[in-house]
Amino acid sequence: MSEVVFFINLYLVPGLTIGAVYALGAVGISMIFGILRFAHFAHGDLMTIGGYGVLTAVWFIPLHPLLLLPFGIALAVGAALTVDKFFYRPLRQLPTIYTVISSFGVALIFRSVAQLFWSSGNQVFIPGIRPPLVLFDTFRIATLHAQVIVLTIVIAIALHLFLSRSQMGRSMRAVSDEPELAAIAGLDTDKVVRWTWIIGASLAATAGVFAGMDTSMHPNLGWNLLLPMFAAAILGGIGKPMGAMAGGLIIGLAEELATYPWIGTDPFISPSYKSAVAFLFMVGLLLFRPQGLFKGRLL
Amino acid sequence: MNNLLSVSGLTAGYGGAPVIHDICLDFVEHQIAVIIGPNGAGKSTLLKTIFSLTEKSDGTVNFKGGDISTLKTSQLVPLGISAVPQSRNIFPTLTIEENLDIGTYAAPPEDKAAVRNKVLNLFPDLADKLDQPAGELSGGQRQMVAMGRALMSEPSLLLLDEPTAGLSPAYLEKIFDLLLDIRNNGVTIIMVEQNAKQALRIADQGHVLVNGRCFVSNSGAALLADEEVRRLFLGGVAA
Repeated sequence: MSEVVFFINLYLVPGLTIGAVYALGAVGISMIFGILRFAHFAHGDLMTIGGYGVLTAVWFIPLHPLLLLPFGIALAVGAALTVDKFFYRPLRQLPTIYTVISSFGVALIFRSVAQLFWSSGNQVFIPGIRPPLVLFDTFRIATLHAQVIVLTIVIAIALHLFLSRSQMGRSMRAVSDEPELAAIAGLDTDKVVRWTWIIGASLAATAGVFAGMDTSMHPNLGWNLLLPMFAAAILGGIGKPMGAMAGGLIIGLAEELATYPWIGTDPFISPSYKSAVAFLFMVGLLLFRPQGLFKGRLL
Repeated sequence: MNNLLSVSGLTAGYGGAPVIHDICLDFVEHQIAVIIGPNGAGKSTLLKTIFSLTEKSDGTVNFKGGDISTLKTSQLVPLGISAVPQSRNIFPTLTIEENLDIGTYAAPPEDKAAVRNKVLNLFPDLADKLDQPAGELSGGQRQMVAMGRALMSEPSLLLLDEPTAGLSPAYLEKIFDLLLDIRNNGVTIIMVEQNAKQALRIADQGHVLVNGRCFVSNSGAALLADEEVRRLFLGGVAA
């Protein structure tokens, strides 16, 4: 196997795959920060809930997990709208730190619920080993990785069109820009908040299923991905959903490519330390470019 | 001449502390009404109260004969009232086209394209910049975007809080000319202005507030000619 093919098969494609998971999660974090003005620490656990929604559907309906995504999305959206109604909305008029702390509590609730209903062990969507997709007799790519990358590209295009062309998308950007002016212009800000949760939770559920299928479902799945997703949201610029998409891909690629044997034959960074790359990105950005690559809001 | 908006016995403020007290004013249809007064007189608070952005403790606001005092801000736009705040009055990351479009969401006009053309005829400076983010514009052009957005819902009443604040003298004249055009298109305007003399020149009615209370009301020309008003509020020089 040539060096380039080895790089693409084992580093670039897996990097893009984990980047896609971060990207989909980071979009929700970025939108929630832009519109509701708080860092949603339960977003990773919302991914977990979505993942378990699809896992449960797989037990009863003999279809490919990706075809059962609507079940995970429905569960995550329902959970998000419920916690917003009972935990976040009553705190909306108080300083945002109250909502941030509340979201920590919600994260613990989601994780406990996941343990209670689905056990704390690892569970897989489809048992057994699947053969890779062979392209041009050269590239051997896991089918799931190809599906994740293609679906994420489709979602990114759809999200861009929604935010730039639709009335609700423009209203969301307007509320993110100037919430008081949006109210003065007569926009229904409650509806905008609902749609923010619907889109953020849908993408989180999708990311949760991708991550769960790539490894396995367990109650800490989303929580373990939270730090790189925040790094991605900050990298892209808080309140910039398309920036968060780009940020996710960059963080995912950076993590994977950091383990490539750039010098000699050993990995440049041991794979067990690769999540530190996201952490370094986040700290570096907060220090030197807190508005992110796409000129987002300052934290 | 019909009154489009009447406020009576209006007392309002922020955090339980009233800023305006017992205000009684009538605003006539298809006219420009200018509210002037010293800093802290409650001019902006009166405008915000009409638009349900403060805490009312007493009094009523009637629009086209109906009481709107208990309505929320978002309910006023579909009734035909639009407002432009003094600052942060555009969506900076949205393009000019998108800013104008946002103005139609709460009260969609029957013929959106026709209204858009009418607004762009009023503000031709914006026509060739429609794809530019509004945050990149100069102060005067931002004010035009803000007024354009407010006019896209075809309001019968336009509330403007210091539309010429921070603008160069050239733009100041331009904005006042535009306000006359907007009034001539059938829109009633109530505005708060620091450039009192220039504003009273185009005003059909003028109201002077002092310490949150009505001091005097008259036509713009009469206030400009009033010795006491000139001495106290217009720098003492002849208009």
